[in-house]
Order: sequence, then C-alpha cells, then structure tokens
Amino acid sequence: MKAPTQYVDDSVKGFITWSIIWGTIAVVVGILISLQLAWPQLNVAPYLTYGRLRPIHTNAGIFGWGIGSFIAMFFYITQRLTKTPLWSPKLARVTLWIFNVAIASAAVTLAMGINRTKEYAELEWPLAIVVAILWVLFSINVFMTILKRKEEQMYISLWYIMAALVGVTVLYVVNNLGMPLHLFKSYSAFSGTNDANVQWWYGHNAVAMVLTVPPLAIFYYFLPKITNNPIYSHRMGIIAFWSLIFMYLWTGAHHLLWTPVPDWIQTVAMALSIMLIAPSWGAVMNGYLTMNGQWEKMKTNYLVKFMIVGITFYGLQTLQGPMQSIRSFSAFIHFTDWVPGHVHMGTMGWVSMILFGATYYVTTTLSETEIYSVKLANIHFWLVLIGQLIYSITMWIAGVQQGSMLLATNPDGTLHYSFMETMIAIFPYYKIRAISGFIYLAGLIVFIYNIYKTFQKGENSPTAKAK
Amino acid sequence: MLEKNPVIFIILAFVVIMVGTSVTMIAPFKWINGPGDRIAEVKPYTPLQQEGRDLYMREGCNNCHSQVVRTLAADVERYGNGGGYSKSGEFFYDRPHLWGSRRTGPDLARIGLKYPDPKGAWHRKHMENPQSVVPASNMPSYAFLNQALDTTYSERKMKLLKFPYTQADLDDLKGKSEMDAIIAYMRKLGTDIPVKKAEAAVLVPAVLNNPYTDVKAVKEEAEAIYKQQCASCHGEKREGTLGPALKGSAKSDADLFKIISNGIEANGMPTFGAALDEQKIWKLVTYIKLDTK
Repeated sequence: MKAPTQYVDDSVKGFITWSIIWGTIAVVVGILISLQLAWPQLNVAPYLTYGRLRPIHTNAGIFGWGIGSFIAMFFYITQRLTKTPLWSPKLARVTLWIFNVAIASAAVTLAMGINRTKEYAELEWPLAIVVAILWVLFSINVFMTILKRKEEQMYISLWYIMAALVGVTVLYVVNNLGMPLHLFKSYSAFSGTNDANVQWWYGHNAVAMVLTVPPLAIFYYFLPKITNNPIYSHRMGIIAFWSLIFMYLWTGAHHLLWTPVPDWIQTVAMALSIMLIAPSWGAVMNGYLTMNGQWEKMKTNYLVKFMIVGITFYGLQTLQGPMQSIRSFSAFIHFTDWVPGHVHMGTMGWVSMILFGATYYVTTTLSETEIYSVKLANIHFWLVLIGQLIYSITMWIAGVQQGSMLLATNPDGTLHYSFMETMIAIFPYYKIRAISGFIYLAGLIVFIYNIYKTFQKGENSPTAKAK
Repeated sequence: MLEKNPVIFIILAFVVIMVGTSVTMIAPFKWINGPGDRIAEVKPYTPLQQEGRDLYMREGCNNCHSQVVRTLAADVERYGNGGGYSKSGEFFYDRPHLWGSRRTGPDLARIGLKYPDPKGAWHRKHMENPQSVVPASNMPSYAFLNQALDTTYSERKMKLLKFPYTQADLDDLKGKSEMDAIIAYMRKLGTDIPVKKAEAAVLVPAVLNNPYTDVKAVKEEAEAIYKQQCASCHGEKREGTLGPALKGSAKSDADLFKIISNGIEANGMPTFGAALDEQKIWKLVTYIKLDTK
C-alpha cells in the first residue's frame, strides 16, 4: 500500500478563520443597519450612515464570509478528490494575505464613500483589480492541482468548482470595466440602460457562480462523506450541472422587469428563470434521495441537519426566486422588503447552513478529534435557524403589506396611500427584524466558540503532541 | 472524456456560459442607446450637477432610492410627476445607472419635477434634517454636506465623460457647497423630458363645490393629513415657514382645491393631486380655512 498523500491544509485553516471573522463583521454591521432603518438617529455621519454601511455589510458577507470559506473548502475538497497535495502551498498563503488586505481595504474605502455604486461590484478600480488577481491566483492553484491529479475520474464537485472559477472571472471582469478618473474614482464603461443590463447580468450570476455553484460543490462532497453513502445519482448531478450553468446566464433581466430594458430580454429572463427550477431541484432531490434509508441521521448526526436543512432552503429559494421573476408578481414585491427576505433565506439559510456543516466537518478532520460539543452545535443550529426564519418571514409580510399599499388606488385612479403611510406601516417589522439579527448573532457566537474549542482540543490531543 | 480532461471541460463550461451572455447581455449593445431610443431634449450634466451626482454615489443614496419609474400605473402616478414612465433615452448620460434595487425611500427619477422651487429650499431643509420636513422619515441627516465642494477634478470629469461645458459652467462651481451640488443634481433629475402639462394637471371637476362645510366633522382627519403633507412647509399652525402662511387665507375653496391639486410651479408648490384623492383635498381646504368657516 502506498503511503497516504500529504495534504497541505494550513491555508484551509487560515481561510476558515478569516472568513468567520469577516462573516461576523457582516452580521454585526447588518444588525447596525437594521437598527438604523428603525431608528435613523443611529446614523453617525459621515462614515457610519446607512448608505455607506450597507455595501460593507454585503461585501463582508459575500466576499469575506462567502468567498473566503469557499476558497478554504475548494482547497480542502480539491486535494482529497484528486488525491494530490495542493499545487502551491506558498501561493495559497499569498492568496490569504491578498484576501485579507482586499477585504479590509474594501471596508475602509467603502466607509470613506469610495464606491462605484454597482451592487456587489462597489469596489473602486484598484481594489477590483486586486480582487481579480486574487481570484486568478486561487483559480490557478486549484486548476493546477486538478491537472496534476492522481485520481483520474473527476467527481461532480470538481465540475462545480471549475465552473465557478471560470464564471466568477468572466462576470467580475466585465462588470468592473470602467474609465478611471483618478486612483479613487472611475466611471462605468457602460451607460444608462446598457449599464443596468450588464449590472444585473452580473448581479444575478454572482448569485449563481458565487452563492449557488460553490455551495453545491461543497454539498455534493460533504453529504456523502458525512452519511457514508454515495450520492444518489451522479448522472442527475451532471444533467443538473450543465442545465444550471446554461440557464442562469439568461436570467439577469428579471431584476429589471417593467424598466426600459427591452421587453424581450425581460421575457426571456422570466422564462429561463422558471426553467431553472428543474436543475435546482435536481440537486435538491439528489440530496434527499441520498438520505433514503438513513433519515434517522437527521436525529443522530448534527452535520446531516445542517446539510439537509441547507439544501431544503436551496429548494425553497429556487421556487421563490422564479416566482419573483414573473412580471405580475415582480410588480407587487420588487423594490419592497420582500426581496431582502428572499436574499437572506439564501444567504443565512442555504449558503451559511452548508458552510457551517462543512466547517464543523473540516475542523474536526484537521484537528483529528471529535467536535468539542455536539450540544453546542445543536444550539447553534437552532439559533441561526430561528433567527433566519424570523428575519425572512417578517420581511415577506412587510413586503406584501407595503407592496399592496403602494399599488392601492382609489376608484378615480388616484393613489390611496402616501409613501409615508406605507413606510409607517412597516416600522414594526423593522424592529422584529433587528431582534432576529441578534438571535442569529448569538448562534454565530456559539459556533465560533465551538470551532475554537475544537481546534484547541486538537492541538492538545496526544496524537498532535506526538507530532 | 469530460470526466477525465479538465482543460476541455473548462473550455466547454466557458462556451456554455457565453451562450446566454451573448444573447441577453452582449447583443443588446447593438440597439440600446442607439438612435431608436435617444431623446433629443435629454442633456448631459453640467459640472455642478455631475459633482452632485458623484456625491449621491459617495453617500450611497442608491441603497434606499431608486431612479426608474416602471411602466406600472401606480408607479407612474406616484413617481411620474407628469413625466410618465422612464424611457431608455433618459439615462444615456448616466455612468453608472442608478436605478437601484430597493425603495426604502421614494423613487427620485422625476424628483426635479416634484419640487420646482429654483432655490431648492425644500431639499436643503430636508437634507439637513429630514424629520423636520417628514416627521416619520427614517432618512439620516446630511447636514454635513454643508461643506466646501471639492472642484479639483470637475473639469477633468467633463472631459472624461465627453460632456460639453463652458467657462461659465466652471465659474459657477466657485463658492458652492456639497449641498448646493447635490441639490443641483436633484433639481435636474427628470426635468429634461418633454412633460405633457395636460397629463401633469389633475383634471378638476367643472363645478367646484366643497362638500365638507362642517369643520368639526373633518377636523381630526384633515389635521392628520395636514401634518403629514403640508406642515413641513406651511408650519404646524399654518403660520408659514418655507411656504406662505395659510391661516386666514382669503382664497376661495375652489382656488385652494386647484392649488393643492396642481401646485404652483413658479413658487415651488408641489402638486398633490396624485397623492391625495378629491375627498381628502376638500377636507384639507376646509381645515385650512377653519378660522374663517
């Protein structure tokens, strides 16, 4: 028998640690801005106003927590699926440095009001270039590891990983094209309606390539690992994969329904959005059917809970999303709080649940020990689940209420409610939403404590000391 | 083969991604912003307006305010201000677009039509202390914009964006505050398009008879509407602040009805015909004249 391959995991641990730190900042800033919406006197001009803080919240969440932990998981998964150590451990360590410098600079510059205003592409051009370089270096490292692999077959997770590498690069570069004025200011390369169309081609596919494809790669890898059962159908995974990455790129304009973007682009986006239910549910069903005959693990294995509840939220998310892409429904809820409710089910429910489960698994594997406390992991699970449900449900109710008030007209065609009346009606929901943020944060703190204790336990274990 | 060759796989994945991208993102460049959707009346921003737009971006106003009136009846009624729904050509000079994705505050695509006051007194008061104008508002105070405008790059911006400008435009920047710039931008928004005056005006009935003669019956309701819609400019006690005093107004009920419905552009009085229905306006008229009734 050959000697076991030596995997290089210091950067995995580094990225896990830092992504959790940035993720916590995202949640804390999220709570602050949720409080500001209910109590505007909490805005501290000029650096801590809602307008400057909200991009910090989204960037810390998507890039800090999301991308950071995806990099960690991709390094981890790729090595194991290829039975090959990471191509360049040194490059991985450099990537971590660039990552932290980029996210920290993002937070500082956004607080200073240096931003491009394009959602999820707010960073000014020098920082955008740093992010692009970071992603390319990371991609090369992963791709080279795959090229030099010792395991010939490429498991479905590697497909998703490679698609994300290509997809994010194309999207990020195109939407960040601009004309620099000076170091801290540039203007978009596109104008008006063109700019809007490019932006939401990017915006929606950031959802695909950052918040769907990577967590799916992680899900497909860890669910079989956790349950000790192979995935139900590799073929279904492959069909779902190709249709998913084909269809997503058509759907950006469902963010632009009823606007001056040409009607046919809107209609095509609407149609393809509905069609996306099929590949999305292909992944959901693959997860559920893998559980056949072992559903009792929902009770006995805390990791299965995170994975299965996570994929369930993915299923709900990919039913609600297409519904919102229908013109008549969009007319009702677009521009209201329904949409943040939807987004946070995806981020806090689907993506984060999968990442929590994967992080627990990787932490115990790297530490060669059991989790510090299964009980705390269960408390963490329930706190983040309840926090997220309260968040999303209150925002859906607020969205429906405000949406119907905004559209209400009198018999003579005049509007029934003033804008302020519709806003006053949703203030109570803003306060409940802020509470839900605190519940979620409490869960996050339990999670961090548990992870920290597990790493500590690993360092103090006899095997670690023997090394 | 695909399961075994990552290079071919990655090329194929790229091709698949580019199909939808080409059709819905690249191809539309051929006609969006082309001659078909250009509007001759829409003019580029002046140096002061562009500075204001950059401040709007710096402060992240787009996180709460959209700038696109959808083709929905309620959108046109609420935000159109007589300009109808947004047309593609209106955004030709916008780099980037600022359509936004959430209306925590109202849409601003036609805000220039809503407050026609040339001095921008409403905007100034509102930016400095939003709650003094709209008591329940959750907008932060932007009083800190009362600082000198940095004009170092103003001319270079015009050149980069290829906007025409004159020396007078640049001279106009002298001594201006950031507040002046952002108000100049607010006042420009939506004003270029040809507005159909007939559409902007609310059709008033031929015979204007106030159905509410009993002040007591309407006082409570009308007072609430007054506080929400009128008090910010005409004072809590109708004593007049930004707008004239209304106490003891000598105007006839019919005249007041017309003014509230259609506004007085020259004086900066906005129109309320879309925000309030006929019954509410009559109740307001009765309330305004409660001392004389």
